[in-house]
Amino acid sequence: MKVNLNIDVHHLTRVEGHGNIKVRVEAGKLREARWDVVETPRYFEAILKGKHYSTAGIFTARICGICSIGHCLASVRATEDAFGVRIPDAAAKLRLLAKHAETLQSHWLHLFFLAAPDFLGLPDAIALRKKNPEIVAIALRLKGLANGICDLVAGRTTHPVSILVGGMARMPERAKLLAFRDQLDRSLEDISAVVGLFRNLSPKIPDFSRETEFVSLKGVNEYPFIGGDLASTDGVVKTEREYKAMTNEYVTPQNTSKWCKLSRDAFAVGALARINNNHGLLRPEAARVADLFGLRPVNHNPYMNNVAQLVECVHCTWESIRLIDELAADPAAPTMAEVEPRAGEGVGAVEVPRGILYHQYAYDKTGRITKANCVIPTTQNNANIHIDLNHLVKKFSADANMTDEKMELLCSMLVRAYDPCISCSVH
Amino acid sequence: MKYLGIAPARPKIGVFDFTGCEGCELQLANKEETLGPFLDAIDIVNFREVTTAQGDDYDIALIDGCISRGDEIERLKKIRQNAKVLVAVGSCASFGGVNRMKNVLDLAEANTEVYGKEFKETLYTRSIKEAVKVDLEIPGCPVSKAEVERIVQHLVWNVAFQFPNYPVCLECKQRFSTCRMEMGELCLGSITRGGCNAPCPAGGLGCWGCRGPAPAPNYKEFLALAERKGMDMQLLAERLNFFGGFEGVLK
Repeated sequence: MKVNLNIDVHHLTRVEGHGNIKVRVEAGKLREARWDVVETPRYFEAILKGKHYSTAGIFTARICGICSIGHCLASVRATEDAFGVRIPDAAAKLRLLAKHAETLQSHWLHLFFLAAPDFLGLPDAIALRKKNPEIVAIALRLKGLANGICDLVAGRTTHPVSILVGGMARMPERAKLLAFRDQLDRSLEDISAVVGLFRNLSPKIPDFSRETEFVSLKGVNEYPFIGGDLASTDGVVKTEREYKAMTNEYVTPQNTSKWCKLSRDAFAVGALARINNNHGLLRPEAARVADLFGLRPVNHNPYMNNVAQLVECVHCTWESIRLIDELAADPAAPTMAEVEPRAGEGVGAVEVPRGILYHQYAYDKTGRITKANCVIPTTQNNANIHIDLNHLVKKFSADANMTDEKMELLCSMLVRAYDPCISCSVH
Repeated sequence: MKYLGIAPARPKIGVFDFTGCEGCELQLANKEETLGPFLDAIDIVNFREVTTAQGDDYDIALIDGCISRGDEIERLKKIRQNAKVLVAVGSCASFGGVNRMKNVLDLAEANTEVYGKEFKETLYTRSIKEAVKVDLEIPGCPVSKAEVERIVQHLVWNVAFQFPNYPVCLECKQRFSTCRMEMGELCLGSITRGGCNAPCPAGGLGCWGCRGPAPAPNYKEFLALAERKGMDMQLLAERLNFFGGFEGVLK
């Protein structure tokens, strides 16, 4: 029996933003498999022209409701690069702590609320709460803890207020930092329960691999999140300022998000890309969890991004504890450097939950923007999702028992595995 | 859940997103310590970002984002027809939010700047009330979940909700935050509607006015004060036009 499939998902659910999946298979032959981003364009780069440097970070945070801290960090880093500002060490530590907390809240949100329902055959986490309240209670504790740290360090989780050009507006109260340290320590027990839960679900990870190029920051001594060289699993290495050689954005007629490519037709970014490029720099506690799931570089199964996110949650929890210890040892450390605007260009690269993010600004001598460019992780993933989708449909439509319903779930799970931030990708 | 032996209405809610970052709807899933009781008080029948269920039988439609393309107007009109009560959630829905800054650009030029020769359809930004009738606006970038909870409590008990009639300044003083204006920084707290509990000045940033004007704002005295303090008036205009709530106050 050769299968006929017809799938038309208008505005995929349980993802951030608006994207469509279209699949047509006739008598076992793939006619069409598409991933199209139809989000409304927002023109952030055009709006940025003429704006004051103090506006850029606060404005570009609004590109994304989930990774606004990451956008703000990339933005101030680009501006500091342009002005030649070096931020104090304590500010760098606070920024990394805020980054870890954002990674944690975003990954927990994705794993429990967006991805897990597919593995459990449920429509959403609301149904999961009825069926298994204990799991949702753990999810809420973990996500709430991460949001609490964001609020303390960045002033707010969504659209932060304390991340300024030159550093961080203030050092959080030492007692409050240490209270979160205790909570992080206690959360390790919840995390080990979560690892057990996902281990039980892991046989349901679809068996699908496609050789892919993975791009991320390249760590030197630490698993990288903020700044540094860029690397791909095909062996390309560039400096932060050369980011355009990594992204090669182009516009397609069907999509309001741009597409990107490097050594092949497309590449992938995100937690899996970071681990594929920096596995040796994971904390041993996190590397052990990667081993448990058989996640070794270079892993080419896009669904394994869910596992990679879980591994990063372990890494970021341990690293947050370390950072709080270091910050608490010097509560009076300065957090702001002097800022003197000057004409010039700068780039900031930051690993946000969904992958590597770049902001680039050119400034005039009064500190107003003359040109802006932001390259978003999901923008870099969209072409890869589209090509994955073609290979996935080809592979699974060979199965004579394939149905529209089963194929739709496989396709939706594939897109969700990338944890796309679609409004971000159309900024 | 009962109060004095009386069960509240459990309204069916749909959450819908248009042009924006979806950060406001995400706030509905935050404030984890009270998320359970919040979800018990309402019945979510349509919320694309968190569930595959997509019902049309909602009483209350919560709208996140603003309008910036023709197809969005059609989608919004259908939602308006289905909903008994339509609530604009966040600054984008209430006044266009940061997207309103697009409205001073030439759209063809903006399109070339971002997409080059490839044309993408776009309209000048509209708030939700500029497209359909709105029953309630909850401003904020993002909205305060605590305030959304208070509003939902009023809705389920069928009690009219009143926004605070004082500015952010008052809540800032209650938190003992140091006055940003006194520190020589721009702050719109004295003219912006309260209810957010002033998180920005507490976090080291003056108020940027995301909640729009407080009742009867004294713009004349505010602008005179900013001038007396030697503030950068070009930057002040940039701040006042940032979220779209103070359009026309300072060009």
